[in-house]
Amino acid sequence: MKKKIVIALSGNPNAGKTTAFNAITGARQHIANYPGVTVEKKSGIVFHKGYEIEIVDLPGTYSLTAYSLEEIVARDFVINERPDLVVDIVDASNLDRHFYLATQFKELGVPLILALNMVDVAEARGIKIDYGRLSTDFDAPVVPMVARSGKGISELLDTVVDTFEKSPPWKPPAISYGLDIDRALDEISAIIEKSNTYDKKYPARWRALKCLEGDNQILGLLKRDPICGPEIEEICDNIIRHTMATLEEDPESIIADHRYGFIAGITKKVVKRQIEFRINASDKIDKVLTNRIIGPLCMILILYGVYSFTFWASEIPILWFDKFFDFLRDAVVFLVPEGIIRSLLISGVIDGVGGVLGFVPLILFMFFAIAFMEDSGYMARVAYMLDRILRWFGLHGNSVMAMVVSGGISGGCAVPGVLATRILKDPKERIATLLVVPFMNCGAKLPVYAMLITAFFSKDKARIMFFLTLLSWAFALFAAKILRSTVLKGPKTPFVMELPPYRAPTIKGLLIHSWERTWQYIKKAGTVILAFSVVLWAMMTFPGLSEEQTKDFEIRENALIQTFLDAPDIRGLLKNREDLTTLDNIFLSMKGATATPENNHIPPHLKDMAHTAIHLENADERNLDKTDSKYVKAGTLYLNLREQLRMIDMQKHQAAMKRTIAGWLGLKLEVITKPLGFEYRTNIALVAGFAAKEVVVSTLGTAYSLGEVDPEDTGSLSEKLRNAPGWNPLQAFTLIVFTMLYVPCIATVISIRKESSMGWAGFSILFNLTIAYAAAFVIRQVGILLGLGTG
Amino acid sequence: MKKVIRMREMLKHEKGILKKISAMGDMGRRIREMGLFPGASIQIQGRAPLKDPVAIKIRDFVLTLRNNEADSIFIEVDLPDNDQRL
Repeated sequence: MKKKIVIALSGNPNAGKTTAFNAITGARQHIANYPGVTVEKKSGIVFHKGYEIEIVDLPGTYSLTAYSLEEIVARDFVINERPDLVVDIVDASNLDRHFYLATQFKELGVPLILALNMVDVAEARGIKIDYGRLSTDFDAPVVPMVARSGKGISELLDTVVDTFEKSPPWKPPAISYGLDIDRALDEISAIIEKSNTYDKKYPARWRALKCLEGDNQILGLLKRDPICGPEIEEICDNIIRHTMATLEEDPESIIADHRYGFIAGITKKVVKRQIEFRINASDKIDKVLTNRIIGPLCMILILYGVYSFTFWASEIPILWFDKFFDFLRDAVVFLVPEGIIRSLLISGVIDGVGGVLGFVPLILFMFFAIAFMEDSGYMARVAYMLDRILRWFGLHGNSVMAMVVSGGISGGCAVPGVLATRILKDPKERIATLLVVPFMNCGAKLPVYAMLITAFFSKDKARIMFFLTLLSWAFALFAAKILRSTVLKGPKTPFVMELPPYRAPTIKGLLIHSWERTWQYIKKAGTVILAFSVVLWAMMTFPGLSEEQTKDFEIRENALIQTFLDAPDIRGLLKNREDLTTLDNIFLSMKGATATPENNHIPPHLKDMAHTAIHLENADERNLDKTDSKYVKAGTLYLNLREQLRMIDMQKHQAAMKRTIAGWLGLKLEVITKPLGFEYRTNIALVAGFAAKEVVVSTLGTAYSLGEVDPEDTGSLSEKLRNAPGWNPLQAFTLIVFTMLYVPCIATVISIRKESSMGWAGFSILFNLTIAYAAAFVIRQVGILLGLGTG
Repeated sequence: MKKVIRMREMLKHEKGILKKISAMGDMGRRIREMGLFPGASIQIQGRAPLKDPVAIKIRDFVLTLRNNEADSIFIEVDLPDNDQRL
């Protein structure tokens, strides 16, 4: 049997832990979640000297308190899973600070290896470290390494195997936290050790320490014992009163300061530095990039660059996806006869799956860009510069990235935007951000705006678009302010944040990062969005026309065709319906709409007739030759028939749409939407827009009898709406604002659910609807009062 | 002349030794775990375009804090005799 070692990899953010993890495990990584929480658990396997070494990547943390999910996850893993070793990655240039975490692992007693990363940088900065003495004083093996280049990795694995073979015991160190605290620690430890109620997983002294630090997780556990609980509580209360009276500090602060004292005692002897404050390259870059005037300008350029890169780079892959799904649609049309199954496959399944996969290139490149900004260190500067503004709205400097990606510059996508909120650490700031990003003007809303602007504001297109961008920011920021002062109320979280040195990100790291996050999106979102789009398809399809209605339309169609076939000009040319079908096929193939039918079966006169009809349709009379003149009358009649049949088909679609769940909903909703001026046709379009906002345009097209409306070419619908009763600039603007704010599309709602909870996803639908309704209501009613919108 | 002042009052590029962190609870914990502790020598690196937050250098790393957080950190600085902050 192979011998197995389990190690937990830990370290401060920016210590190079991820780089080290990638360097050790390569591509053999496995990603899951820690049980019950959304914190990612990465693990990998490496074989070394006959051992199978499993490496579990703990979340990057500065400390091991119970105040952040990541820290709880990290310490619970060490306590409950009892890895054989903890390897702590520390930045060799900043030992004092990185040892703060290492010291807390020592307090837990787990066997520890210190991996001193980036020793090359430290050396270049004139920092000399006595590794041997450090190892003795800290009582842990020390391995210098450079994770970026892979230097020291195999020595680290050697040390892991060596240390494992010596099988060191779990042994908490004797760190002194001052007389008062030490005495209290002894008392509490004694109580815990005496008690039978407490399991022995945790070292008693560590538990006692956590009690004095006011650690809720541990205190909660201890309070369950009816005898020991109150005793411990009393000791804690006493010591707090005592230290507050004598030192004006709580025990937690005293303990923290003593940890640093312990660390400084070691590093003073081990680390020699030439200069206290060095001006390094990073500081020089910051002189420009965080400069009062140049800094914000650069930031706008860089954010704009990230945004453009994401959409530019994903443009071509998105086209490939589109082509692929067009091909699938054609295949279904070819293989499946017309009917409910075909409709389900095309409008439900393919459009649904296409909806998910269509976002994949965008998400991939967005994550790539974000990983670049994060790994290079620039993201922290963005937060630093914008904090003062966003703080007022209860957001964080880092919220801006999510808002830009969602369409803050107009055109974007809220799905990657919601995923981009992962860089926010505080849960309330994060949820506030992900609830407001759907207000930004994503790419799918643009066709709706374009159509309405063309119809009613064609003179000020650019100005209106710019105004809409500002409006979406205003709504998002004020919505955040509302959320943060009501449901997401909470104290401003401490901002203290590191500005990590600028570093060139490694390509390997960027690729692994962006791909694994994208893959998770595909896996998780795919199935749910598919299910939802089938449901929505059903809503737009069932129950459909009644039998009588279907029959009625059939009768009208047949009557038209019969009249056509009986016309004197036609009788000699077309004998029956089959001939008409053949003519249709030739006509369409000549228009280039379908494949050319087999040549040898076609009677030449039908071909000539179709030819003439095409010329007539294009009003291309100059090209009518002698053969054509014979067919002018027949051709005209044929074109008339086609037009009339198209009208019937349109009425059929309209009637069918009215007789669906969505249509029924649209009618019922009129009661509510009357103050906004929306009648059932707009309502149906808005219901359909839940699938994707651009569907609003095509559904309005059907509702206003236009047939298929290409979202890219909305001219004819604009024309129609301009002349439709009840439509005027005020109505159009009301609909624009409503579209901007109402429910996020399905894909976004699902992403919100994945990133927060079912409850927040549901809340986002209600919240956005309320805001949209209120805004549209005010706009329309004020507009009417001002005498706008008559016409 | 040596004097202990609040970090918010410090000027750009000014150096000093951290004497006391008066913040407790969430803020106190966060300030300490990010690497600030009594005895650390720090230097003001700069301020954000809107004068808040402030960036400080400790050894070889840079931290940023909001002004209200900097208010709870006391630094011993060497002030020239004509300095108004004396």
